[in-house]
Amino acid sequence: MSESEERKPVEVLRTPVVLDYTYSAGQSSSRHLRAFGKGKLLGQRCPVDGRVYFPSRGSCPQHGVPIEGEPVELPDRGTIVTYSVNRVPSENIDLELPYAAIQVLLDGADTILFHVLGESSIDDVHMGMRVEAVWKPEEEWDDSVANIRYFRPTGEPDTPFDQYKEHI
Amino acid sequence: MAERCGIVGIGQTKHDSKRLDVSMVGLVREAALRALEDAELTWKDIDAVVIGKAPDLFEGVMMPELYLADALGGAYKPMLRVHTAGSVGGSTGIVAASLVEAGVHDRVLAVAFEKQSESNAMWALSIAMPFSVATVAGAGGFFAPLIRGYMRRSGAPEDTGIRVAVKDRLNALKNPYAHLHMEDISFDLVAASPMLWDPVRYLETCPSSDGACAMVFASEKLAEQTQTPPAWVHATAMRSEPTMFSGRDQVMPQASLDNAKALYKQAGITNPRKEIDCAEMYVPFSWFEPMWCEGMLFAEPNEGWKMTYEGATALDGDLPVNMSGGVLSSNPIGASGLLRFAEAALQVRGQAGEHQVDGARKALGHAYGGGSQYFSTWIVSSDKP
Ligand SMILES: [Zn+2]
Repeated sequence: MSESEERKPVEVLRTPVVLDYTYSAGQSSSRHLRAFGKGKLLGQRCPVDGRVYFPSRGSCPQHGVPIEGEPVELPDRGTIVTYSVNRVPSENIDLELPYAAIQVLLDGADTILFHVLGESSIDDVHMGMRVEAVWKPEEEWDDSVANIRYFRPTGEPDTPFDQYKEHI
Repeated sequence: MAERCGIVGIGQTKHDSKRLDVSMVGLVREAALRALEDAELTWKDIDAVVIGKAPDLFEGVMMPELYLADALGGAYKPMLRVHTAGSVGGSTGIVAASLVEAGVHDRVLAVAFEKQSESNAMWALSIAMPFSVATVAGAGGFFAPLIRGYMRRSGAPEDTGIRVAVKDRLNALKNPYAHLHMEDISFDLVAASPMLWDPVRYLETCPSSDGACAMVFASEKLAEQTQTPPAWVHATAMRSEPTMFSGRDQVMPQASLDNAKALYKQAGITNPRKEIDCAEMYVPFSWFEPMWCEGMLFAEPNEGWKMTYEGATALDGDLPVNMSGGVLSSNPIGASGLLRFAEAALQVRGQAGEHQVDGARKALGHAYGGGSQYFSTWIVSSDKP
């Protein structure tokens, strides 16, 4: 090392951190994820207002009560309530740019699902667009939301804004 | 509120994309020393230190409150860490003020910082949840769909966001501490910048900054002794709500409206648009200016964009917003909330230099964070409460 190099201050030192963690999904999410593994979408009702939470979860975040009732099976189609077209790369996201990140309100659900739009030009994506799930081949299924590869347009008429506006 | 509390010292760093000339220690000390100098105090005059920053995951430094304790004169003194996501800077100021108001301490130093050049916030904010599909790329990925919701609901002209972006960058030219000094900023430049998270353009987005902010809070008797009159804390408020529940209004969260009402009630404000002289609000993406003008009850629902459009929020408007250039011109995330609070205090102390609003006596500092779910605000004034 030359003298000038020795005197050069260390400005940034890269020290990568690796985090491996064990994830306990809990009873409610486990049931929901195992249902995904069978190609089924399960929601659950809040006992206070009867709204259907999908993905189902152990408690209602609004009312602070357990959600324990019978699961509600939902269809794999719904409405895009809002979206953005993402053109920014991220190390954690395994999608080709640009893509439409969509918030889907499944028919019969009262909460939104974050997913991605496929088989559509990103110029066509819009609020109110009707979409349906496209599943991966069954042999690739896991207990994961990722069993749905993407949602694609159904070609049905748009859902009127008033019917989904409270979900934005 | 029991005791009166005055802000007697305010300091901040020059914000920049890479402050390689200082370590994290040097960065926070730069702000803290400036606040002490402004207060004409030394480390020994401080009774307690409150520090705030965004998630540790950003820089990967666990518990920076321990690592930075000695650098901030925290040895043998009470030292507290605050964390409420992006609103943390605001919450840090509120905790410090509360310690004085509660009569626990006479002088408290609050410091907040982020050194984004040593972190990867985009990565840290895009961690995939197990068994899910990761689609949300960074904060912009989260907020863009909400902005689209606001555009649809309000019917605001599409160039509203562009106008905010230009105004804030013009204000930043008057602020020597601002990260972005874009001499060539113009409507056309912003309009032509690429869509990152459609409908959010590159120049409608905050930069990624290194920076810190510090403030000294004092009890009434001590605050009265300072050369420069203090900024008096009239009211503080914090509210939160869950990220997601059925029927949640993500665009105009109930927590924001509740926070505003609580703040104004405490401050004895009945007509915020009239009674507040200027407001420094947390606007990381330009469309959040009209959204928070509504969220802070300056405008009726879906009409906040008219304030932008009519020039009400310009430096010479009837309610200037983001006089410093705002988050759109400097974003050291953990410090961003405290910088908003500091700008409000600078204004009512008459210390805002070229971006001073003439005759400002009452100002709002505002911060929000998480998925639009944490809100921290305060009202400061040149008059005693
Ligand atoms: Zn409920």
